[in-house]
Amino acid sequence: MWLNTTWFVLYVVIIAGYVILDGFDLGVGMLSPFLSRDDTDKRILLNSIGPVWDGNEVWLVLGGGALFAAFPLVYASLFSGFYTAMMLVLFVLILRTVAIEFRSKRQSARWRALWDWVFFGSSFGITLLLGVALGNVIQGVALDQDGNMSVNLVDLLNPYSIAVGVAAVAMLCLHGAIFLTQKVEGELLERVTKLIPKLMAVFFTLMTLLIAWTLFLDEEITTNYRDRLWIGIFPLLGLLAVLASWRFISQKQYLSGFVSSACMIALLLATVAAGMYPVLIPSSTNPAYDLTVTNAASASETLTVMLVIAVIGMPFVLMYTAGVYFFFRGKVRLDEESY
Amino acid sequence: MTTEMLHRIQFGLTVSFHFIFPPMSLGVGLILIIFGVKSVRTKDPKWRQLSMFWVKIYGLIFSMGIATGIVQEFEFGTNWAAYSRFVGNIFGSLLAAEGIFAFMLEGGFLGLMLFGGTKLGNKMWLFATTMVVAGATFSATWIVMANSWMQTPQGYEIKDVGNGDQAFMTSFREVVFTPSFGPRILHLIAASWMVGTSLVLSVAAYYLIKKRHVELAKTMIRVALPIFTVLAVLQVVLFGANQAIEVTNEQPEKLAAMEGLYKSTTCAPMYIIGWTDPDNETTTGLSIPCMLSILSYQSPQAKVTGLEAFPKDEWANASVVFQVYHLMIDLGMLFIAIGGLACLLWVWKRKLWDQRWMLWVLVSSIVLTELATLSGWWTAEFGRQPWIVWQILKTDGAQSPNVSFSQVAFSIGMFVVLYAIVFTMFLSLLNRMIKEGPKPPDEEGFSDSLPDSFGEIFRHRSRVSSGGD
Repeated sequence: MWLNTTWFVLYVVIIAGYVILDGFDLGVGMLSPFLSRDDTDKRILLNSIGPVWDGNEVWLVLGGGALFAAFPLVYASLFSGFYTAMMLVLFVLILRTVAIEFRSKRQSARWRALWDWVFFGSSFGITLLLGVALGNVIQGVALDQDGNMSVNLVDLLNPYSIAVGVAAVAMLCLHGAIFLTQKVEGELLERVTKLIPKLMAVFFTLMTLLIAWTLFLDEEITTNYRDRLWIGIFPLLGLLAVLASWRFISQKQYLSGFVSSACMIALLLATVAAGMYPVLIPSSTNPAYDLTVTNAASASETLTVMLVIAVIGMPFVLMYTAGVYFFFRGKVRLDEESY
Repeated sequence: MTTEMLHRIQFGLTVSFHFIFPPMSLGVGLILIIFGVKSVRTKDPKWRQLSMFWVKIYGLIFSMGIATGIVQEFEFGTNWAAYSRFVGNIFGSLLAAEGIFAFMLEGGFLGLMLFGGTKLGNKMWLFATTMVVAGATFSATWIVMANSWMQTPQGYEIKDVGNGDQAFMTSFREVVFTPSFGPRILHLIAASWMVGTSLVLSVAAYYLIKKRHVELAKTMIRVALPIFTVLAVLQVVLFGANQAIEVTNEQPEKLAAMEGLYKSTTCAPMYIIGWTDPDNETTTGLSIPCMLSILSYQSPQAKVTGLEAFPKDEWANASVVFQVYHLMIDLGMLFIAIGGLACLLWVWKRKLWDQRWMLWVLVSSIVLTELATLSGWWTAEFGRQPWIVWQILKTDGAQSPNVSFSQVAFSIGMFVVLYAIVFTMFLSLLNRMIKEGPKPPDEEGFSDSLPDSFGEIFRHRSRVSSGGD
C-alpha cells in the first residue's frame, strides 16, 4: 500500500512539474498577442521560452509513461474514454510545436501572422482542454464495471468543467506573465507588470468562485475535506503563496515571485490530489467502480522497479533542468540562433 | 472494415510517420559529434561552421520527432486500452523508464545544443550535443526493448487479480533483455546512422552538383561516405544476418512469411524479387538457391520450417510481409553498391566530385534509406500479426472497446490532413535551409571568449552576457 501511495504522490509531483514548467510557456503563448506591439516583441516573447519549452513538454510525455506504468488501468480508461478530446489535445500539441519551430523561419508577414495565431490558439486550447479534463475527473465520470467509459466532447464541456478550464487559463496566463518579468525589459516589461495585477484579480476571483462551486457540488472531494480537516493546509498554503507572489512582484523581486507562483500551482494540485486520494478517477455510476491507487495500480514488483528507476533518474533530471535554466537566466537577447 | 482494422491503420500511419524522424536525428547526431570532436581537436573554423549548419537542420528534425512522438506515448491508451490494461505492468514501465532516462536528457540539453552556438565554447557545446545524442540513443534503446518484449516476451506471468487477465512482471532483467533485443537494437542503430549519413551525403552531393560550398561539401562527404559504406556492408553481413538468425529461432512462422515459404524445405531459396500467394501457397520469382537455409542455419542442407507447420489462423499476411521484407533486403544490397561505387570514384583520382550521375544517386539516397528503415519496421510489425504480443495476446480484441468506428475514422482523417500539411512544410523549410547553406564563420556570433568549462559557465557568466550584446 505504501508503494501505491508513494506512486500517487510521485505522480502528483510529475503533473506539478509539467504544469509549472510547461505552464509558463503555455501562458506566454496565450499572452503573446496582448503584450506584443511588433515583430521584435513577438520574437522576444517566443525566445523567452525558446531554449526550454521542449524540455518542459517532455514532462507531459513522462506523465503519460509514468501513468501507464504505475496505474495502467487509469491510463487505459482515461485516454480511451476521453478519446476525441485526447485526440484534439494531441493535434493541438503538434500544431503548437510546429508553430514555434516554423514561425521565424521565413520573413513573410503573413506566414508569421499565421503561426502567431496558431501559437496563441494552441496554447489556449491545450490549457483549456487539460483544465476541462481535470474538471471532469473531479466530478466523476461514467465508468462501468470494466472501467470503460465513453464521454463525447459535448458531455465533457459541462459548466463546472469549463469553469475549471477557464480558471486554468487564468492561472497559466498569470504564471506566464510572472515568468516574463525575468525575461523582458523596457516597455515590454512595463506592459507585463501592468497586466499582472489584473490577471491576479481575475485569477483570484475565479479561484474563489471555483472553490465555492466545488464545495456546493458535494462530490467525494468535499466529503474528504470534511473528514480529514488537516489537508486544508494545502489550500491555505496555496493562498499564502498567491499573496507572497503578489508581494514579491510589487517589490520587483521577480525570481521570488516566480518561485511563489510555482509553489502556488503545486499546492493547488496538491489540494485536488489530497481531496481525491485514494481515488484517481471517481465513477459517477457507482462508487464501487472508482479507479483507486490500489485497484488500478501495477503490482508491487513493477512499482518497486519503477521506484528504483525514479530514485536514480529524477535527481539527474532535476539537476540538469536546474542547470539549463541557470544557464539561460537573464533577459532575452535576440541573436543569430533565435527563433 | 472492422474497428480493429481502423485502429491498426491509425497506429500504423502515425508511428510510421513518427519514425521518419528519429533515425535522422540519431544519424545526424553522430555526425554532429564527429564535427564537434574535430572542432575541439583542430580548432579549424570550418568544423564549427559545419556544426552550426547541421545543428539547425537537427533542430527542425528533432522538433518533428517530438511533435509526432507525443502522439505515440498516448495512443496505446486511446486506441489500445485492452492492450494497455493487459501489459501496463511491463510495457508501461519501459515507456516510463524511457521518459526518465532518455527523453528528459534529450529535452534538457536540446536547448543548450540548439542555442548554445553563440553562448558556448567548442568543448561545452560538444558536451551538450553528446548528451542529446546519448539521450536519443537511450530513447531508441528503451523503445526497442519495449517492442522486443512484444515480439519475444519473457519474464512475465499471466494472472487475473480482478481486472481480467494481465501480464505481471516476474523479472525486470528478463523483460528488458529479451532474446530479440540485442540483434534488433544493433540493426536499428546501424540503420539510423545510415539514414543520418545519407542525409549528409544527399545535401553535400547537391552542393557539389550546384557548385556551391564546394569545399565544405567535400568535407561532409569525406566524413559521411566511409561511415555509410562500412555500415551498409555490416548491416547486411552482420547485423541483418544476425537478426535473421534470431527470427529463425524465436519466430519461425514470421521468417516463413517473410520468404513466402509454405512447405518445410531443406536447401530453402531466398528470393530477390517475387510474389507470394498465401491462398494457393505458392511463391514465384527470382531466387538464390539454398540461401535461406544458409542465412538461417549457416548450412545449405538445413531444413527451414514452412508456414504449413503452423495453424493457418496464426499466419501473418504473407503477401505484405514478403514485399516489405524484400524491399528492405534489396535496398540493403543497393546501399552496398552505392557506397562501394562512390568510394571507388572518390579513391580513383577524386572522380566523385564531378560525376554528376553519381552525385544525383547520392542526393536520392536519403529517400532510399528512410524507405529501407520503414520497411524493416513494417516487416517486424506485419510479421508479428495476428499477435500484438507474440503468442500471448491477439491484436483483435486488444483495441479500446469503448471507442467507436466513427471516432477512429474521424481521428485518422485529422491525422492524415495534419501530417500532410506539416510534412509539406517540413520539407519546404528543410529545402530552404539547405539552399541557404552554411553561413560564413564570422556571421555565427562565435568568439574564443565563450565559456568552455563548467567552471566558466557557472562562475564567469557576466563576461558572456556582455559579449552577447
